Amino acid sequence: MMASLAAPETAKTVSEKLAQLDKDVKAAQSSADNAWMLVSAALVLMMTGPGLALFYGGLVRRKNTLAIMMQSFALMALITVMWALVGYSLCFGGDGHFIGNFEHAFLRGVGADPNPDYAGTIPQLTFMVYQLMFAIITPALITGATAERMKFSGTVLFLTLWFLVVYAPLAHMVWGKGGLLNASLGGKFPTLDFAGGTVVHISSGVSALVCALYLGKRTGYPKQPMPPHSLVLSFIGACLLWVGWFGFNAGSALASNSLASSAFVATHFGAAAAALSWSAAEWIKNGRASALGAISGAVAGLVAITPAAGFVGPMPALAIGILAGAVCYWMVTKVKALFGYDDALDAFGVHGAGGTIGALLTGVFAQQVINPIFGAGKPVGGLDGHWGQVGNQLAGVLVAWIFALVGTLVLLKIVDLLTGIRVPEEHEIEGLDITQHGEEAYNLES
Amino acid sequence: MMKIEAIIQPSRFESVKDALREIGIEGMTVTEVRGHGRQKGHTEVYRGREYTVDLLPKIKLEMVLPDALVNRAVDTILKTAKTGKIGDGKIFLSRVEEAIRIRNEERGENAL
Repeated sequence: MMASLAAPETAKTVSEKLAQLDKDVKAAQSSADNAWMLVSAALVLMMTGPGLALFYGGLVRRKNTLAIMMQSFALMALITVMWALVGYSLCFGGDGHFIGNFEHAFLRGVGADPNPDYAGTIPQLTFMVYQLMFAIITPALITGATAERMKFSGTVLFLTLWFLVVYAPLAHMVWGKGGLLNASLGGKFPTLDFAGGTVVHISSGVSALVCALYLGKRTGYPKQPMPPHSLVLSFIGACLLWVGWFGFNAGSALASNSLASSAFVATHFGAAAAALSWSAAEWIKNGRASALGAISGAVAGLVAITPAAGFVGPMPALAIGILAGAVCYWMVTKVKALFGYDDALDAFGVHGAGGTIGALLTGVFAQQVINPIFGAGKPVGGLDGHWGQVGNQLAGVLVAWIFALVGTLVLLKIVDLLTGIRVPEEHEIEGLDITQHGEEAYNLES
Repeated sequence: MMKIEAIIQPSRFESVKDALREIGIEGMTVTEVRGHGRQKGHTEVYRGREYTVDLLPKIKLEMVLPDALVNRAVDTILKTAKTGKIGDGKIFLSRVEEAIRIRNEERGENAL
C-alpha cells in the first residue's frame, strides 16, 4: 500500500529534478558562452582602437598621424550609433536574399533572450554587440588607402554610407538567414566565411582600391619619399591586432566550445607562418628581414586565415599563412608599382588580396572533421572530397568584389558632389592634422 | 679670438668632447644637424619602396677660443674625430670681433 502510494510521488520528484537539472545545465552553458563572447567583443573593438589606429598611425607621415587615428575613432562612435538605429537590423533582421529588414530597428526585440538562428546560447544583446565590432573595423580598414589626402568630412560621410550600402547587404548575404551566400541558413551559393574574409576583408580591400584610384595619388607620389614616421607605433598596433584577432576569429564560433579552440589555433598558426614567409621573401629580395615586413606578413596571414579559421586544422592554417605572406608581399611590392595606384598603406594589397586568397583556399582546405557545416558525414572542402566548394567560394568572392567595386564607385561620386573628397594641395602639404583637425600629434617642445 | 665650427660624426662626439675638456676648453655649443658632403647616403626599404637617405645625422660643435688655444683645439679635434673614412666632417675657422658676457658685460677674451 505504502509503496504504491509513494511511487507516483517519486516519479514526479525525479522528473522535476531532471527538468531543474536541464535548466541548470543550460544556464551554465549560457554563462560560459556569454563570458567568452563578451570578451571577444571587447577584443574586436581593441583591433580598431588602438590596434588599427596605431598600425596605420605609424605608417603615415608625422603630419597626418592624428587624422588617420581620428578616422578609426570616429567610426567607433558613428557606426555604433548607426548600428543601434538600423545597422543591426539591416544585417541580421528577416530572411531576405540580399539585405535584412527593419525588424530590429532601434534594437527592437534585442534583449536577454537568444536569437536561435544565430547564437542559441547567448543573449541576443551579446550577439548584437559582438557583430557591431566587425562593422566598425571594416570601414576603418579602407582609410589605409585614402590616407594622407582625403577630407575628414568626405571620409565620415562616405564611410557611413558605405556601411549602409555595401557592408550591411554583404554581411546579410553571407551571414544572415536566407542570405544568397549563406552556408548554413539556406543560401543559393553556400560560401564558407567563418569570420569575415568576404564580408570584412574583400569588401574593404576592394573598396580601398577603388578609393585609391578615384582619389588619385598623393602629391609627390612616387617620387618624393614618404617613409613611415614611426614603425614603433605600427609594431604595437600590429601586435594588438594579432591578439584582438583571437576575438575576431575564435569568437566567431559564437560559443566557448571546441570550434572556438580550433579557430584560435588556426588563427595563431596562420599569422606566424605568414610573418615568416613575408620575411623570407624580403630576405631573399633585399638581403634583410625588416620589422615592417614581419608585422605586415602577420597581418596578411591573419586576414587570409579569417574565412578559414573555423574550417581548417593547424597544418592547412600554416599552408594558408605561407601563401598569404608571399602573395601579399608580391602585391604590395610588385603589383602596386606595376599599376602605379597609390594605395597609401596597402589596404588593398593586404586585405583585398589576403581576403581573396583566404576565401579561395578555404574552399580547398575546409574539413568536416573540424566543422560539419553541410551535415554529418558530408565533405566540406576540396581536399575533403567536395571540389565544388571552390566554385562556391569563387561565387562568393565575385559577388563581394563586384558589390564593393560598384557600390564604392557610386558612393564616391555622390560624396564628391556633396562635400568634396580630396583636400586642396596646400592642405595636403601642410598635413591633415592641422588642416582637418586643428591640432598636431607631436608638440615635443611645448 | 677665433670661432671653431666642427661638423663631426655622431659616433666620435663623446671622445672629442672629453679630449677638448682635457686641454682646458670649458665651453661649447652642440647641435644635432643633418647634412652631407662627399659621403653618399644609405637606402631604406619600406614594403618594397626604396628611399635614399642622403642627409645624414652629424654633430656640430661651436666654440669661440682665445687665439692661443685655437691650434691645440684644432689638433685635438683632428686627432679624435678622424676615422679615416668619407663622412668624418669638416672644421671651419673664422675670426670673431667681439664677445660679451651677458651676466657682467665683460668684453673680449675675458668674456670667453
